[in-house]
Amino acid sequence: MGLLSDPNRRKALTNLLTRLNAPICMVCYLAAIVWFMGLAFEPFTLRTYMSENAMGSTMVEERFSSGERALSLAKEFDAHKRKAGGMPVEWLVKAMQARGLEVFTQSFSRKLPFPDENKERYMVRGTNVYGILRAPRAPRTEALVITAPCSPGNSDNQAVGLLLALAQYFRNQIFWAKDIIFLVNEHDLIGMQAWLEGYHHTNITGMEYSPLQGRAGSIQAALSLELSSDVITSLDLILEGLNGQLPNLDLANLFYAFCQKLGVLCTIQGKLQRNDWDTAEGYTHAAQTMMLMVLKQACGRSWGDHGLFLRYHIEAASIRGINGFRHYKMDVATIGRLLEGMVRKLNNLLERLHQSYFFYLLPSLSRFVSIGYYMPAFGLLAVILLLRVSFPGLDHFTFFNPSGPGVLTVLTPVVISHLTGVALYLLPVHLQEMAVEHFPVSETEAVVLTAVAIYTAGLALPHNTQRLLSGEGTEQGWKVLKLTALLYLAVLLGCTALINFSLGFVLAVTLVPITASMTPHMPKALSALAMVLLSPAFTILYCVFIYQELIEAPVSVGEGWMLFLSVISQGILDHALYGSLVYPLLALFIYPCWLMFWNILFWS
Amino acid sequence: MAAPLTLLLIVAVTIRAVLFRSSLAELISERVEVVSPLNAWKRVVEGLALLDLGVSPYSGDVFHETPLMIYLFHFTVDYAEIVFMVSPYFVDCLSCLLASLDRAKIFRKQKYALESDRYPADCLELLRSPKEMFYIPLKVAMFYLLNPFTILSCVAKSTCGLNNAIIALFIFCTLKGSALLSGILLALATYQSIYPLTLFAPALLFFLQRLYIPVNLRRSSFWCFTLQYAFIYVGSLVVITGLSFFLLGSWDFIPSVYGFIFSVPDLTPNIGLFWYFFAEMFEHFRLFFICVFQINVFFYTIPLSIKLKEHPVFLIFMQIAIISIFKSYPTVGDVALYMAFLPAWSHLYRFLRNIFLVSCVLLACSALFPVLWHLWIYAGSANSNFYYAITLLFNFGQILLVSDYFYAYLRREHHLTHGLYLKKKDGTEATLVLK
Repeated sequence: MGLLSDPNRRKALTNLLTRLNAPICMVCYLAAIVWFMGLAFEPFTLRTYMSENAMGSTMVEERFSSGERALSLAKEFDAHKRKAGGMPVEWLVKAMQARGLEVFTQSFSRKLPFPDENKERYMVRGTNVYGILRAPRAPRTEALVITAPCSPGNSDNQAVGLLLALAQYFRNQIFWAKDIIFLVNEHDLIGMQAWLEGYHHTNITGMEYSPLQGRAGSIQAALSLELSSDVITSLDLILEGLNGQLPNLDLANLFYAFCQKLGVLCTIQGKLQRNDWDTAEGYTHAAQTMMLMVLKQACGRSWGDHGLFLRYHIEAASIRGINGFRHYKMDVATIGRLLEGMVRKLNNLLERLHQSYFFYLLPSLSRFVSIGYYMPAFGLLAVILLLRVSFPGLDHFTFFNPSGPGVLTVLTPVVISHLTGVALYLLPVHLQEMAVEHFPVSETEAVVLTAVAIYTAGLALPHNTQRLLSGEGTEQGWKVLKLTALLYLAVLLGCTALINFSLGFVLAVTLVPITASMTPHMPKALSALAMVLLSPAFTILYCVFIYQELIEAPVSVGEGWMLFLSVISQGILDHALYGSLVYPLLALFIYPCWLMFWNILFWS
Repeated sequence: MAAPLTLLLIVAVTIRAVLFRSSLAELISERVEVVSPLNAWKRVVEGLALLDLGVSPYSGDVFHETPLMIYLFHFTVDYAEIVFMVSPYFVDCLSCLLASLDRAKIFRKQKYALESDRYPADCLELLRSPKEMFYIPLKVAMFYLLNPFTILSCVAKSTCGLNNAIIALFIFCTLKGSALLSGILLALATYQSIYPLTLFAPALLFFLQRLYIPVNLRRSSFWCFTLQYAFIYVGSLVVITGLSFFLLGSWDFIPSVYGFIFSVPDLTPNIGLFWYFFAEMFEHFRLFFICVFQINVFFYTIPLSIKLKEHPVFLIFMQIAIISIFKSYPTVGDVALYMAFLPAWSHLYRFLRNIFLVSCVLLACSALFPVLWHLWIYAGSANSNFYYAITLLFNFGQILLVSDYFYAYLRREHHLTHGLYLKKKDGTEATLVLK
């Protein structure tokens, strides 16, 4: 409190901060970047460890051996799937009933706001089939879920085959204390969404579905299986869920522990772990893995069928079988044993997974960065915004002083920016019919191009707004506007980073430098270019290119642009279908905030 | 003056009416920051249902409002929205009058002091100009009616708005100089939530000052008036409590309302300091710490009354702020009440030191409350420590705000008597340090 009440010390501190403001900000920015990149360096990370006692100390012996049966079931499933031209409901119901499960089906339908060109679907109609293995040893208050998707074409047949074989094997074991639900969902996430909403009696996205006839207890954990070949070389673990939510780290630890035990190669983000952390290649590899996780988390979509479970407080992960060019291959029985082991350990849980971390980044499967280590990187960026609030020449008292610039001068740009944001949020989907009528484009293109057009039009709009009402802008006027905008951005990014660190950090890295230094006295053309290049839309574009680079599938500029457009349409669809928050966040808050700084640049 | 005020009223009513009709109303009325177990509308409805069935509303552990309140709603339940819409206007209109009365008083005092040359000449810029004072009521009204906290509290139909209205009425009557009405309303406010008990001291000091009775324990006139005021207060408290007993036919409400406030059995998270502390504590320390926490609310009355005995109106503000920070089930509605007073002290502005920091902290906390609540309750990834950290920060901000205003007030008084530009003995510029 001495600092807050002693005027002399306060004055010294303020002087220091005002005099060294710019250098401190630069140092903070560089420190944030360096800190963030340093997170991937192995000595700075922690080794993962199992925190949950119920899963750590108990021994499990895996005996699953019916790999051949799984493959024959997969073939049978494939044949019936082709015949039915979709989910072979009857066959699947019979197959599950034959294995002693209580079988139920759920039909659902959903009309997408506009056609999804990536997956070629518009009116979606499908059926989920699930069977419940009742726990013989305990009151049926808790459940585990294993899911496999029924995808079009040849993919994921083996997953369903393995699911059925596991069901048969599990049925003969007596140690289950939790009900196990075997779910085959159609139309990947849409089916999953319908099933989860039906299970929890909610309806948040306007999906039409028939109510579930059979339920088990509260779901403790879920595993989603994706397997498209008879043999695999490695297993990939996918953790990123809706809105960047991650399951408890113990689930990843469990997977890693069993991969080690069974000698299965395991990857995360499709990248194997390397042991040479002290070489440049080793570090780059870890950094790439972490960057991939950051980018995937930042985009806020569900990267596997597990992603929607997380919203219901259910720890879930997807396991994907990869068949690469390696000599050492594993058969389905090994994957079955791995799943058996994981499910048995989960079966031992006495309470929900909660011991380990929920906020983490993974540079490799055996190393993690916890929230305490990565938050300072964001904190350093946020500090810049707060420091700039006290930049020289701006007297805080103007902010409150009634004789200063009127509320109107500041309010007008703020309101107009936000109205542009609302237009960006609402118009693309609602105007698609009109756009299709007048222009030779498809519905999807219409939506995306309308969004891009409104975004661009927003740049032209606010130049004149403050003149409209209050005449010439004053020197004090833009300072107050900048102060408001900086505070707004700081709070906005802080809240974002708490919910989805990656998104907050990526936005902060691009938005902070330009917004912190923005004044109307800078050279207009140059700073306008810089601002546009660091605007939210360009951030998405960069992310697309970096992502393609990191997954070793670099694209040309033209392809990148097409990808960018499809990312936007996916973002809007994810919001409409599953309630992803990235699109509304960008349209309603980040973009208007950026427009406020744009307004400052053209203040006159 | 009338035109902007009317405009303000229309805007405020529109905002509330729109929110009442929107789907947000339900969401808001579930927020723990906005409603507490004491004043949640859901609980009032439950109490009313029990009352209609002929069961004592206190028989469950749901309803904790006072009997008079439930009988008020018994007759107006169909018009509840209107009641809640109107209640802030009480506060508002009264605060307008409050400010204008306060204004007249300060003018008189300033004039007197100037004429008698008591203030040094360079203090003229510290005195409030009539023009500044003219807009204070409007600003107070704006601060209360358009404060998002008030709006949230009103849309959630939290009975906190009615309690605020009673306290505002009490302040109004006090400033009007009506000891009888002031005593009755203070009793009513105390009956509603106990804590306004501490407002007894400032009200008494105000009347003593108004009647030119010196605060001197050896003077019979002092004791005479004190006893008179205390008699009005205690008498009406007894009458109100007795009335509740006759309405309800039992004393159930005493443990259920006051026991509930004092012993804090409901540890639902809120923006206060109690819940986390008592959730974490071993059971056998509970009684001791409850005493400590509750004494904390009342204790500040003594030092503050001594220090501010010349300035009872400011003392009222301090007391209301302290109650809303340290009470057992605070909501944002309580915060809004003392914040409405801030424009009345706009002349202290030049002496405030941390106002910018404090406003940033309060703004950031208001945004972080729902975010961390989401992470804790819905996403399950954060835990109660995260939420409590923000609660602590929010209260830190509030305490800093109040102490800053306290310091500024004292400093202004100091300057009024010692001159604005202080010199040390050796002639250099001196600075004031609060220690």
